[in-house]
Amino acid sequence: MEKLLTRNISNGQRVDIHSYEKAGGYEGLRKALKLSPQEITETIKKSNLRGRGGAGFPTGLKWSFVPMGPDAPRPKYLIANADEMEPGTFKDRLILERDPHQLIEGMIVASYAIQADVAYVFVRGEYVAAAGEASRAIAEAHDRHYLGKNVLGSGYSLEIYVHKSVGRYMCGEETGLLNALEGRRANPRAKPPFPQTSGLWGKPTIVNNVETLANIHHIVSRGPDWFKSLSRGKDSGTKLYGASGKVKRPGLWELPMGTTIREILEEHAGGMRDGVRFRGLLPGGASTDFLVAQHLDVPMGFDELQQHGSRLGTGTMIVLDDQTCPVGMVWNLEHFFAQESCGWCTPCWSGLAWAEKVLKAMEFGQGQEGDLEKLESICRFVAPGNTFCALAPGAAEPLQSALKYFREDFERHIREKRCPWRK
Amino acid sequence: MARIYVDGRPFNVDPKQNLLHVCLSLGFDLPYFCWHPAMGSVGACRQCAVKQFKDEQDAGGKLIMACMTPAADGTRISIKDPEAAAFRSSIIQGMMENHPHDCPVCDEGGECHLQDMTYMTGHDYRAYRFGKRTFRNQYLGPFVNHEMNRCIQCYRCVRFYREYAGGRDLNAYAMRDNVYFGRHEDGVLESEFSGNLVEVCPTGVFTDATLKRHYTRKWDLQMAPSICVHCGLGCNTSPGERYGVLRRIYNRYHGEVNGWFLCDRGRYGYEFVNSERRIRKPRVRLNGGHEAVGEDTALRRMHAILSGNRRIIGIGSPRASLESNFALRTLVGAEHFYAGMSDDEYRLVKLMIEILRRGPARIPTLREIEICDAVFVLGEDVSNTSPRMALSLRQSIRQPSMRLAEKLRIPLWLDHAVREAAQDASGPLFLATPAATRLDDIATRKFHAAADDLARLGFAVAHVLDPRAPEVGGLSEDIAALARQIAGALGGAERPLVISGPGCNSDAVIQAAANVARALCAAGRKASLSFTAHECNSIGLSLMGAGELGLAFRALREGSADTVVIVEDDLFRRAPADEVVEFLRSARHLIVMDSILSQTQAYAELVLPAGTFAEADGTLVNNEGRAQRFFQVFPPSPDIRESWRWIGDYMREDGRRESADWRNLDDVLAALAAELPALAHAIAAAPLASSRGRYQKVPREPHRYSGRTAYYANINVSEPRPPLDLDGPLSFSMEGWPAAAPPPLLPFSWAPGWNSNQQSAPKFQSEVNGPLRGGDPGVRLIEPEANAKAPYFNGIPDAFGPRQGEWLMVPLHHIFGSEELSALAPAIAELAVKPYIALNRDDAAELGVVAATEVEVLINGGAARLRVSISSDIPRGVAGVPMGLPGISGAGLSGWGRVKRI
Repeated sequence: MEKLLTRNISNGQRVDIHSYEKAGGYEGLRKALKLSPQEITETIKKSNLRGRGGAGFPTGLKWSFVPMGPDAPRPKYLIANADEMEPGTFKDRLILERDPHQLIEGMIVASYAIQADVAYVFVRGEYVAAAGEASRAIAEAHDRHYLGKNVLGSGYSLEIYVHKSVGRYMCGEETGLLNALEGRRANPRAKPPFPQTSGLWGKPTIVNNVETLANIHHIVSRGPDWFKSLSRGKDSGTKLYGASGKVKRPGLWELPMGTTIREILEEHAGGMRDGVRFRGLLPGGASTDFLVAQHLDVPMGFDELQQHGSRLGTGTMIVLDDQTCPVGMVWNLEHFFAQESCGWCTPCWSGLAWAEKVLKAMEFGQGQEGDLEKLESICRFVAPGNTFCALAPGAAEPLQSALKYFREDFERHIREKRCPWRK
Repeated sequence: MARIYVDGRPFNVDPKQNLLHVCLSLGFDLPYFCWHPAMGSVGACRQCAVKQFKDEQDAGGKLIMACMTPAADGTRISIKDPEAAAFRSSIIQGMMENHPHDCPVCDEGGECHLQDMTYMTGHDYRAYRFGKRTFRNQYLGPFVNHEMNRCIQCYRCVRFYREYAGGRDLNAYAMRDNVYFGRHEDGVLESEFSGNLVEVCPTGVFTDATLKRHYTRKWDLQMAPSICVHCGLGCNTSPGERYGVLRRIYNRYHGEVNGWFLCDRGRYGYEFVNSERRIRKPRVRLNGGHEAVGEDTALRRMHAILSGNRRIIGIGSPRASLESNFALRTLVGAEHFYAGMSDDEYRLVKLMIEILRRGPARIPTLREIEICDAVFVLGEDVSNTSPRMALSLRQSIRQPSMRLAEKLRIPLWLDHAVREAAQDASGPLFLATPAATRLDDIATRKFHAAADDLARLGFAVAHVLDPRAPEVGGLSEDIAALARQIAGALGGAERPLVISGPGCNSDAVIQAAANVARALCAAGRKASLSFTAHECNSIGLSLMGAGELGLAFRALREGSADTVVIVEDDLFRRAPADEVVEFLRSARHLIVMDSILSQTQAYAELVLPAGTFAEADGTLVNNEGRAQRFFQVFPPSPDIRESWRWIGDYMREDGRRESADWRNLDDVLAALAAELPALAHAIAAAPLASSRGRYQKVPREPHRYSGRTAYYANINVSEPRPPLDLDGPLSFSMEGWPAAAPPPLLPFSWAPGWNSNQQSAPKFQSEVNGPLRGGDPGVRLIEPEANAKAPYFNGIPDAFGPRQGEWLMVPLHHIFGSEELSALAPAIAELAVKPYIALNRDDAAELGVVAATEVEVLINGGAARLRVSISSDIPRGVAGVPMGLPGISGAGLSGWGRVKRI
């Protein structure tokens, strides 16, 4: 299978500008600069590239909402969302640390397509190495006139800056990120207006995930049809799939879109470790619904997973085994989400805090009759639309699905007044 | 108009509004927290959820937040929908997880919006069984008490404080269910609008710290419609009393004047009413001192002094009601009636009125100021003399944001989106003042100069706008460029506004402001012109007309009079001390009526206790020329009367014909109307005392007023008759018909299910945030002449020239301390500035003094020792002295003074 994103990554070394160029790097940019911004956006639209950050919104469509032409408000911004804080997710980190030019080249092409004047890499605070590599790549690109004034003599100018986040989950939410970048509380913003028209500092802004951007120059350079042909499912291209948990070989693999869960789990991750049995998995990070054995042959694609009540999310699965308490696992996740609530809307800050306390009580033998119904009602309380942003609905996904697939385990906690997994 | 359907019923509504706004306007009880009519929607609390349906066939629908959804044509929603109702109840349940449920000991109890919404949503059972988060509270100063455990995280406090009022030292800290609303450390809140937190907070996090010292529940307060007496804007207030003590002031919504908010001087100045410096008994001079006497003795003494005496002059006051001033004028005769204002200020106020009458620019209301799109403030520190106007100016600079939002099709009520799109786009606001002001942070340009240079700038702006306006010669290029910039901004605006006032003691400044407004009108702009007035009835007294105070002094000096009656005025604030002393000493008889002790009374032969605003009825005219009525909040002890009543009672006993039929306030007003056409409409400011809604008076006491039968039980177990109110259609009782009260008679805001002041207000508005149902109170007495053809003023002063060894003394006003009455309130006094003299940095260096050096200051015949305050804003050759502080005689008067090192 042909790889795009990880094709240069072979060992623990970082791909520097020389080896990146040698492997055909920045050819996509040269090609892009010969096209009009509209042509690039059209190409991306045709390629059916969908956002790799979790929501799967069509990238070209997103770009097409940016006001273009001489009357468009300036400056315009492009932001690479590298605030990878989704539990169990480490895919963008690979690109940033090992082959950062994949991101930088994609960002320059994307910026050119929306005629952005300034771009930012908004990188998770704990990703110290990633921030360093991105900065180095930007400097290297600058030296070779891929960046700065008059990029490769095209007349187009762009600066990219690295911004290190302070490390809150909300900073990765599209509009929370914009507020954080402006130096405000990372509260989400109401949509509409969408960032494409009123984003960073009130100006047209595109926020794309790192992995999404790393695809752009490949699509421009080799065409949408080629990109579509890489996939095995309805979606286009390849995907960085990952697996963590008690599997034999936890890791990250670039595979065709639509690879089945079973193939990732059994072939690439090597199946479950000896002595433990598979119970379920969160397919795309902590904020996706559990899937269980019956779903193993479902392709890991946006629509396919949605049909089975879950989401592709970031495509990096967390695997639950039979030696691990599902209640404890969900408690851990809800602790994270409650902790990371920005405190803006009532259902989120009050609902998640309550859910976390109920789960903790159960895990420590203080569960009560009615707790499961309470947890279910909190999941309904924080349903999409009831809250201001997607954090709380995302937090409800592992909880509501755990209640569905592992209900007996929850009931045992209450009945036995203890966690059966704790010695 | 859009047609929407609420629970199946069709309504025509404004499509530019959101669903919450229109539902409340339609009278529906839809719960909410974070939304505020003046601050718009942010979608934080999720309390106003309703069910929206795609069309008639849609049976499922989905939950939406009413505040975040436009009232688009064809919208179908249900408030009653069980799922929506259950969700709203769950929101309260969530908020209540950590709430301490301490209503019995909470000051908000009884007027708590959280209580109301809890009841309205039906949440009544606490299922949360875990520990609550707790916070450490902060000391926030003498105005606001902090109790964070009660917080429900609606964000209204920081939105008001930071975004609406421009404060910087209150913020939201931390996250999750642990957000802390406070300062970075304990300390006095810096914003002069901090008191509004008390009303904006829907529960008991921020409560009135002054009320706490003499706490009474809202339902136990006796309240009346009142007018703030601490500046000339005439904000409407709702003071509350119990057991003869004034307990607090709350905002009384007025669509055109104060809207939803008050300044801290207006909110907390009330405690002067309870001050130890109140005069509560008549006093007569005896053996070099004063002795308290009964009212009969006092009236007899009055009779002895005044009866048949033809050598009486009267001095009225800009802080006394029209009625009291008019009664005095009637007593002494128009030609012997003088204004208790400094001659400078009186002349300036008359000039302002003349300009406003002549037009063509119209006086804007505070609400209109909020939508002016270019503002030029000339010579007046609005933020300290008329603070509530400064809050309106803070909204006016948002006009470009609004236009930008409209362009981006962002609804104007979507508050954070509008602010985000606009960023720092802020409207032109030019401040030209002698020294720094509290609005400098939002000024497009600020210009600090001596009054003459300010006037020259103004004249220059007018000339740029209209070459027919006189030209200013010898202008520096800097100032000429500034004039062009200001003229460009004003001339390019749709609704330009010019503001000035008597703060600089300069005719030229006021005339220059008039020229600018005139030139804008000549250029076809709908310009408005606003002058501030420093006291609550400066305009009313000046409209009435009186002699200048200097002429009163002369009358005594020349011997044409020997008896002086002063109504509610301390002459030591009006003229240099030596002149005042000479005047008071030379009076054979001096009668003073006032509510508070002042230096003037020390010279009086007879002192009569006058009622404060809380104990009196009367009419005040604000800077907009709006006559507004204030009503007695509580009947004072029988020794305290309105000044007009003292005079009326005396004249009736004396058999004077003019006042023979003065039985109550309306009779005085009727006499006033007959005598003074300019003030004739003042009587229409409120319904007559004889008017009734449903045959009943309006009760001052809420329906839940407690203890009525036991109130005087320690004196007599029989319940006494409620005191009779002769002067207004309000009763000192809980009986009556509150719902029928027309706006000028609304003593408090309270509606079934809506016990809080701010949130019940929409129930009295024709639509949310609009005029009160029945019209906003007051009548405007000054309107520009139609087809005004006012000539330009051409008295352009020469440029200011510093003098060797002398400084031009300018009064610097302070919101806390400069105003006479509020300075007696302990909370205000705590924040009042200490006396100082502000010198330019270079002047101070030349003089060889540094900050806090004590120097001797000689002004207007007085001397004071003041500490130096170094300012880089104040121009060279000019020195600033705080206005109205005790111990600085003659401050507030312009003039050259000396500063000597000690």
